[in-house]
Amino acid sequence: MSDYIPNIIFTVFFVIAIYFFSNNVRKMYRNINLGISVDRSDNKKKRWIQMLKIAFGQSKMIDKPVVGILHIVVYVGFLVINIELLEILLDGFLGTHRVFAPFLGSFYNFLIGFFEIFAFLVVVSVVLFWTRRNILKIKRFLSDEMKGWPKSDANLILYIEVILMTLFLTMNGSDLWLQINSNDPHYISAGAFPISQYMLPLFDNFSISSVIIIERTAWWLHIMGIFLFLNYLYYSKHLHILLAFPNTYFANLESKGKFSNLQSVTNEVKMMLDPNADPFAAPTSDQEISKFGASDVFDLSWVQLLNAYTCTECGRCTSECPANQTGKKLSPRKIMMDTRDRLEDVGRNLDKNKGEFKPDGKQLLENHISTEELWACTSCNACVEACPIGIDPLSIIMDMRRYLVMEKSAAPSDLNNMMTNIENNGAPWPFNQMDKLNWKNEL
Amino acid sequence: MNNIEIHTFADLLAQGKTPEILFWVGCAGSFDERAKKITKAFAKILNQANVSFAVLGSEEGCTGDPAKRAGNEFLFQMQALTNIEVLNGYNIKKIVTTCPHCFNTLKNEYPELGGNYDVLHHTQFIRSLLSEGRLTVSGGVFKGKRITFHDPCYLGRANNVYEAPREVLEKLDAQLFEMKSCKQKGLCCGAGGAQMFKESEPGKQEVNIKRTEQALETKPDIIAAGCPFCNTMLSDGIKNKKKEDQVEVLDIAELINQASDL
Repeated sequence: MSDYIPNIIFTVFFVIAIYFFSNNVRKMYRNINLGISVDRSDNKKKRWIQMLKIAFGQSKMIDKPVVGILHIVVYVGFLVINIELLEILLDGFLGTHRVFAPFLGSFYNFLIGFFEIFAFLVVVSVVLFWTRRNILKIKRFLSDEMKGWPKSDANLILYIEVILMTLFLTMNGSDLWLQINSNDPHYISAGAFPISQYMLPLFDNFSISSVIIIERTAWWLHIMGIFLFLNYLYYSKHLHILLAFPNTYFANLESKGKFSNLQSVTNEVKMMLDPNADPFAAPTSDQEISKFGASDVFDLSWVQLLNAYTCTECGRCTSECPANQTGKKLSPRKIMMDTRDRLEDVGRNLDKNKGEFKPDGKQLLENHISTEELWACTSCNACVEACPIGIDPLSIIMDMRRYLVMEKSAAPSDLNNMMTNIENNGAPWPFNQMDKLNWKNEL
Repeated sequence: MNNIEIHTFADLLAQGKTPEILFWVGCAGSFDERAKKITKAFAKILNQANVSFAVLGSEEGCTGDPAKRAGNEFLFQMQALTNIEVLNGYNIKKIVTTCPHCFNTLKNEYPELGGNYDVLHHTQFIRSLLSEGRLTVSGGVFKGKRITFHDPCYLGRANNVYEAPREVLEKLDAQLFEMKSCKQKGLCCGAGGAQMFKESEPGKQEVNIKRTEQALETKPDIIAAGCPFCNTMLSDGIKNKKKEDQVEVLDIAELINQASDL
């Protein structure tokens, strides 16, 4: 019976990790669904292609070639080491050791060697990432919105990655030492160790039983670290490793210049322009009075909320933003971070009040995003173009402008003049529409 | 100078003629002194190429672009539905415009409201006139000149039109230089999203000055533009840098117009 204790402990930890993780996923799903509905069930083929290209294929990462390639290394490392994870999980459940080895033969050696090389490359990349963030003064990592938790969060993720990879290599290195030096049938000769072979001398001063302890400790810490990291994701900016896939699938497929039409407005405008409409007709019950634009996360679409959880705060949007480049307060990254912060506030509110939202006197507008930020946008789409995983900060800015103008009549006075001119003269300047063809007399 | 007749759609239909295209002039093209020069240059090109075209004149209202980008969806849709009624009333099929904002709105935002047209930016139309041989240019005037093209956001990123203006410019026999941020990465001139009509928020610099500096890094004789608003912003930038004697900001229609010596 006592032989099975490690298997039982492992299974318990696994169940706990999955339980907490799925709880958070459920919360996130609930929060995203607070957004208003928008149909993205069309064009399935195009959407799959978009996802495969941008998320799976990392096509937009290489816009910045150096970090792009480093990121691809870490990403491929993440993907391939997940295959190894499958073996580790099976070994954990079954109490086996390198359960795939007998089935895969020499291909197993190739796989393990491949994982090791990527583990090493990941460590190198992560060290370079850390240097970029902490030593080199890269502007997009120094913005105001990155101070405090976002900066620690980013570094913490890098530390965890280095620790996990080091544990993985230590586990392999000590395993190889035991394969060579012990007669324990548990440590069958399996795998190729192009990186961890250099660790062998480190173990020479230890007894066989000590190295077994090192190997087991590294193995356990590695998998427990992965369980912890899985649960850290929800609290960090690192959710993009999962959400980049749905996010690029559901991202906008149309021209970036096409802004959404508000159907509720169309109905009202059509009625206004219809000479036969009865202006005094009582609204029927299904004509709910709709709110125009967005002042809080409830008014955004679920795609915009998914965007907020997906954002990994890389700041490519902000560094391309003309307003931000010229010192204005607007930062598209901050728009996404604010949206997520507010959505999390709302989520906690729901948790506390049994799923019922208790008004907290706060909203996304003003408590998080100021009107000064919103009015600084030139709607140039540079942020949308720059995002490597299809996030659209511009649509949130536009929805909030709509709220300011249509619900609050709170446009800057210059814009009110422009709009009055359009209403009265059909042009944004105070010229008579009848003079629109005067230029022909100058030919 | 040729006598160019500008007809309205209403006039031509009354004469029983159906023009090939509608030239959507836009508000800037109708009223702004600088932009009117672009309008006239393009009208001359159309005339030179024997394109049968007409304008809407006083029946043309603002597309609603600045209202929509400012957040006023009501006003936008009022403008859109009114314009669509006019356009559909004349059974218009093909629209060419010199303004990327009008181009984007007509092309992308009118269909859902019932306005479906084949919409082209004038650089696309000029390119097809050149490739069909309906228009020829002698690049001599610009031989050896240094030209850099500024991508309008609503033509480039918004609609992925990057090549048409460049292919037209290639006909000029000039030397073309790209700014370090161009095409997908092109920096905005600062006018979009209704910024043209308001003061900018506090900051370190105006966007148009930054973009002008980027353009000047290419040491151009001419900054080519494809949008009346970019044109204004960059012209102001050049004045700010006191370079107006050395650098001209010209629309592609104006360049072609000068090259073909219309």
